[in-house]
Amino acid sequence: MNEAEGSEAAPVKNSTKVERTSERELVVTRIVNGPARIVFQAWATPELFKRWWVPKSSGMSLLSCEMDVRTEGKYRLEFGHPSSERTMAFFGRYLEVIPPTRIVWTNEEGDDDGAVTTVTFEEKDGQTLLVLRDLYPSKAALDEAIASGSTSGFVEQFEQLDDLLLALDTGV
Amino acid sequence: MVQYIQPHLDASFAALSDPTRRGVLEQLGRADASITDLADRFHMTLTGMKKHVGVLEQAGFVITEKIGRVRTCKLGLRRLEEEAAWIERYRRVWEARFDALDEIVEELKSREKIDERSRG
Repeated sequence: MNEAEGSEAAPVKNSTKVERTSERELVVTRIVNGPARIVFQAWATPELFKRWWVPKSSGMSLLSCEMDVRTEGKYRLEFGHPSSERTMAFFGRYLEVIPPTRIVWTNEEGDDDGAVTTVTFEEKDGQTLLVLRDLYPSKAALDEAIASGSTSGFVEQFEQLDDLLLALDTGV
Repeated sequence: MVQYIQPHLDASFAALSDPTRRGVLEQLGRADASITDLADRFHMTLTGMKKHVGVLEQAGFVITEKIGRVRTCKLGLRRLEEEAAWIERYRRVWEARFDALDEIVEELKSREKIDERSRG
């Protein structure tokens, strides 16, 4: 944390929780130490978004990032990894965008079984409670995502990377 | 994870409270079987066996698969573990993202402070 410029000590990281709340829904919750408008800004501004959506630890890079963050706008993200020439594209549409409290988007890269993701930002005492819901069209769709190791285009890249590394390891 | 596993535990205990269902699990531990096979073996009607299998399936102990006209049952014990492991991986992806998001948020906050000061 040597880049911390403020006078405060490095803050303890808030925990990220995940719960399967129903047969077809997963919910991720996280407190962010900042007001909702700033969290929203970091989410809805492509230049900022691409700096956190693909954490360095993943080894992935975001090759392109087109986001038209408004209701009925579209997005398209393309990822790459140094060990592969293949790129992976993730895309969909924003069904609803209400700054700075709510973004809803579709995940259309798979087939008809993609989840609809809703993220809400709820500010309290200068902090923001971030709640992200992945709602699958059916129990079968979520079970299938789990069985195949992918989830609405989020874990997929890491999964595929794992597979790739495993394949390289075993020389398959 | 605790909130996630709890309802599964309740369902698990309920499923295992019945001797027929425990017998079915024991049987499936030896070999996969159709609902008809199981009904015969436990001297039950097809409907009765379907109900028991349904409870076991709901609790994740059994998975069933319909091939043609036959529904085959097999042990599904690994299912819960697989799902829990998958959810943990999913959680880690979000954790890594949100930890990175924190840095951007800190940066934007301090930028705002500087702007406020310069507007002073």
